[in-house]
Amino acid sequence: MITVEKLTKHFGPKIAVDDLSFAVEKGEVLGFLGPNGAGKSTSMRMITGYLTPSAGKITVCGFDVADNPLQSRNRIGYLPENAPMYSDMSVLGFLGFCAELRGLYGTTKNQAIGRVVDLCFLENVLHQSVDTLSKGYRHRTCLAQSLIHDPEVLILDEPTDGLDPNQKHEVRSLIRRMGKEKAIIFSTHILEEVEAACTRALIIDQGKIVANGTPEELKRRAPLAGSIIVGFQGPPWQTVETELGKLPSLQKSELISQTDFRVIARLQPKGDLLPEIVALAQRERWRIESLTVDEGRLDDVFRLITMPDTKRTSAA
Amino acid sequence: MNKIWAIAKRELGTYFSSPVAYVFIVIFLLLANFFTFMVSKFFERGSADLLTFFVWHPWIYLFLVPAVGMRLWSEELRLGTMELLFTMPVTPWQAILGKFLASWLFLLLTLALTFPLVLTVLYLGHPDIGQIICGYGGSFLLAGAFLAITCMTSALTRNQVISFIVSVVVCLFLILCGWPPVTDTVVNWAPAWFVDTLAGIGVMAHYDGLQRGVIDSRDLVFFLSLIVFFLFTTSVILRSHRA
Repeated sequence: MITVEKLTKHFGPKIAVDDLSFAVEKGEVLGFLGPNGAGKSTSMRMITGYLTPSAGKITVCGFDVADNPLQSRNRIGYLPENAPMYSDMSVLGFLGFCAELRGLYGTTKNQAIGRVVDLCFLENVLHQSVDTLSKGYRHRTCLAQSLIHDPEVLILDEPTDGLDPNQKHEVRSLIRRMGKEKAIIFSTHILEEVEAACTRALIIDQGKIVANGTPEELKRRAPLAGSIIVGFQGPPWQTVETELGKLPSLQKSELISQTDFRVIARLQPKGDLLPEIVALAQRERWRIESLTVDEGRLDDVFRLITMPDTKRTSAA
Repeated sequence: MNKIWAIAKRELGTYFSSPVAYVFIVIFLLLANFFTFMVSKFFERGSADLLTFFVWHPWIYLFLVPAVGMRLWSEELRLGTMELLFTMPVTPWQAILGKFLASWLFLLLTLALTFPLVLTVLYLGHPDIGQIICGYGGSFLLAGAFLAITCMTSALTRNQVISFIVSVVVCLFLILCGWPPVTDTVVNWAPAWFVDTLAGIGVMAHYDGLQRGVIDSRDLVFFLSLIVFFLFTTSVILRSHRA
């Protein structure tokens, strides 16, 4: 539904977006990640047709954004960063205005407004001025605006910014629900959000794609992903360490904490370590108190990829 | 067309949802009547026409039209709503025309509210109705030209005050540049074509004809081309924001 080919944007000598290519299909929710100033918003502004790319080609539902701006915009719903709105309008007036610009009039317009008001829980503020809304309601009003014409493509720039945890949860589940029918791109700083709502994540840094994959795939790139955290009751750490050292699949063991009767350690495997640990514990009659496989944390992957210092140290 | 109207409707709503519209209308009427009656001595002249009324319009518009139009685009830039507007299925021209027409319509309404003056001359004597209508038309066109200039200056900046001041300066230039003291300062050193152009782009010469009831197609073309030119410049500036 959305294809981006070799998209580039210069602001004077500064390169904001550098040769970006990706595609989003129907049913996909693409999370756009990256540090501040990585080019997320700039890319989204180009896809929605607000900014003109310096080079590259974008098509939305088969329509070239540059050649058929109205056709492509008709199919996109866009929530800009910081949810800009006309401050002197009421929520209802604002939604009505957006509906008319989308070519909805009369009963279709009223139905569309009713639908998005239900979807974004705006009943209580319909007649309130946009100026007096709380941040959460502002965001939801602007989100409602992006959904008013039931678009095939949704571009959301930090849709959960400034929302409280409950609202975040609602917006996330809304995104996940709508993702089945639409192609969605949303940007965020919150990594748990990517895990909660995305089918695929794209990490960009300095205008370039540095990682692309499902949240699970990305998490596996974390340095500690796949390591086993095990808690034993009984033996002291020295005994555990020597016995573990004999296991063929162990690469490295590291003590996390130790109390009188309890040892918690992180074990880096190089093969199928889990059965070996269980067998060892049974043989030595240690009680396994806890056993978890670290899935890896997206935070770690994010930092690893986007921070130049960690990149160098991890490569070394 | 529907979209132009949707945008215009929103702009008009903005004027009337705040005191701006009412303050503006009251000030315009006060100033227009003060100048007509107290400065130009409408009654003492004993002439059944509205020349003493129309002659002041360029000077009133000089300040009031920039005040009406200064927020048209600068507010969009400040609030960031331009991003919203230009990602809607709306062409830049629809947006520019919608906003321009809304403000122009508002100025027309203000102008229409001076109707008691027309009733006064009709009551006192037998004025030339054609001349009065023509005077109103000229005044409306002049307001449109100044408004187009303000559209352009407000597209330049997110700061309404700067937009206002730049607009006043440009409008003042257009008022003064056909005036002999101004042309005299350049006549000695500038080439003749430059002096002619300078005199030609002055709005006063074109406005004078219309307020005396002379409809010259050149005057109409002059005002309309000013409007088109400055709206076109607005579209270029708006495009540069998105480059």
